[in-house]
Amino acid sequence: MRPFRKHAGNVVPLDKVNVDTDQIIPKQFLKRIERTGFGEFLFYDWRFAGDGKRITDFVLHHPRYAKSSILVAGKNFGCGSSREHAVWALADFGFRVVIASSFADIFANNSLKNGLLTVRLSEEQVAEITRRSKEIENYQLTVDLETLRVEDGRGFTATFAMDEFSRHCLLHGLDDIGLTLQHEAEIAAYEAKHPVRVEMKSILAR
Amino acid sequence: MGETGNMPPRTLFEKVWDAHVVAAPEGQSALLYIDLHLVHEVTSPQAFDGLRANGRRLRQPLRTVATVDHNIPTTPRGLPITDPIAAKQIEALQKNCREFGVPFFDMDSPEQGIVHIIGPELGITLPGMTIVCGDSHTSTHGAFGSLAFGIGTSEVEHVLATQCLPQKKPKTMQIHVRGKLAEGVSAKDLALGIIGRIGTDGATGHVIEYAGDAVRALSVEGRMTLCNMSIEAGARAGLIAPDDTTFAYVGGRRFAPKGKDWADAVAYWRTLASDPGAQFDRVIEIDAAALAPFVTWGTNPGMVVAVNARIPELKSFAQEADRRAAEQALAYMGLDPGTPIETIAVDRVFIGSCTNSRIEDLRAAARVAKGQHVNPKVRAMVVPGSQAIKHAAEKEGLHRIFLDAGFEWRESGCSMCLGMNPDILQPGERCASTSNRNFEGRQGRGGRTHLVSPMMAAAAAIAGHFTDIRKWRFQ
Repeated sequence: MRPFRKHAGNVVPLDKVNVDTDQIIPKQFLKRIERTGFGEFLFYDWRFAGDGKRITDFVLHHPRYAKSSILVAGKNFGCGSSREHAVWALADFGFRVVIASSFADIFANNSLKNGLLTVRLSEEQVAEITRRSKEIENYQLTVDLETLRVEDGRGFTATFAMDEFSRHCLLHGLDDIGLTLQHEAEIAAYEAKHPVRVEMKSILAR
Repeated sequence: MGETGNMPPRTLFEKVWDAHVVAAPEGQSALLYIDLHLVHEVTSPQAFDGLRANGRRLRQPLRTVATVDHNIPTTPRGLPITDPIAAKQIEALQKNCREFGVPFFDMDSPEQGIVHIIGPELGITLPGMTIVCGDSHTSTHGAFGSLAFGIGTSEVEHVLATQCLPQKKPKTMQIHVRGKLAEGVSAKDLALGIIGRIGTDGATGHVIEYAGDAVRALSVEGRMTLCNMSIEAGARAGLIAPDDTTFAYVGGRRFAPKGKDWADAVAYWRTLASDPGAQFDRVIEIDAAALAPFVTWGTNPGMVVAVNARIPELKSFAQEADRRAAEQALAYMGLDPGTPIETIAVDRVFIGSCTNSRIEDLRAAARVAKGQHVNPKVRAMVVPGSQAIKHAAEKEGLHRIFLDAGFEWRESGCSMCLGMNPDILQPGERCASTSNRNFEGRQGRGGRTHLVSPMMAAAAAIAGHFTDIRKWRFQ
């Protein structure tokens, strides 16, 4: 996994609440069997009309937000379907950070596995970042995972929380399957006490 | 196992959790053992690729069960799959199951069905398990008192490789439903009523336990509907303590324990109920008698009102962001504030999905449809959740009732719940749907979805608009 330590980038405001993963990556793009190449389909139905034409007034298409790598959105971002394709699409499009006042649980987990940082701030702080990103051309934030701080160099600073283990994994880009396999002895002991049920052993023989 | 001894009182969730902790390393998330991993074609190919890329084996093939459901057509099974990308994804699962030795119910298998339908149906899903699947509606299996939750593809790979998942312990919420649901008010309406009350993020970070007389009175199928929708309230999992109703459902199923194993299992399962005095982080009280058949009017399941009500006025939203969201939702839905729900006409009706495609759902819808005709302006389809349900329904003659009334009777799959297969709405079409999500474009770009119960969907198909099932004249 790509590690995350500190990132400075332009901010784009997606001023909506309850952005669900069906919007982030519509279903017709879930049939691909690769992990890459989902960026061009990000927010597809909001970015492109039914005939495939770019919807120029959608915020991601505004020239002033063209080089953004930090997305700021309303509460409950990433709700709905568990599709990790949503995170792959955001990361592939170039986002490294999403800031919101809350995230759906599965989306937040999926983000962690892909080096996409989800930053939870208060509704007031999210509103302030949204306001500044609309008013200030090329509005930038620096997000530091080592100090758990967000700042814009213009007087806005905020701190955010993250559990220590997730932070450690992100900072070092750790492969968490490798970490789990370090517990081989404990897993094997658990399995010895909880063998596969006899009925399930017949499932392949049907 | 399961004995509380001198331990402080624990909730059902805590008992299942504690029984599956493999390791609890200092400063890290607990490592949880996963009893059952359900796999389908859409969220697994990248995970199997990950195993191959890292030279890892599938740790427990017999704790892994796969089927195809999301993108398969619901037209007769012999026909070729016309979408080449969908066909490639299905082939990838077939190949992966062969290579890694995963039990697989393929498209032509009599056991095929929606992954959350076939687990319980085959007796693979049991009380007290930990169950995961790369699908958010895995919460369905909580109806048996299992800790069941959706995961992303990276976690799918993690479980394939290790049969474990590092998990942060969620908070607990009890939803206590007192009283009795009125005639015509179903488990779906209970779910929608709860989400309408607490919101689509009302249970984020929590695992729900549903309790109370109205929950106890639900059949196992109704409990599955209720637990299925937990994720729409933000909870990854929703559980119901197993009881005699549960054991009567599970007993004798094909892969359920038999003989002495069964007796031992039931004895253990009886210990899983939350102890008296067990503490929840939050408790919500619901009065079942106050619930009505519900219809969603917007673009998330929390935007919901009773069928005999009107779409809310925008000024009724206290928060500016919620008011704006409602305004955007109504613009998308082509509806105005203040419109009575019963005046809204529908173009399509979908009866199906992991929420509402089990035999009791089909019986309820057929009872409404019997002797009636689908409105000529409406196209209505019934998609059974599994091949077994389809055959059971045909044995009872339910398919004849639907076909005679003008409904389409199709093969099993996820179908128009998410429209990954050819079953989709056209732009602007309005659908009464028994599925679980009314998100923008969920059932097809520009499609307008209203979530309802199976009875309400069947009634809308016949009336041509939403109608209060409590006033229905059954034939």
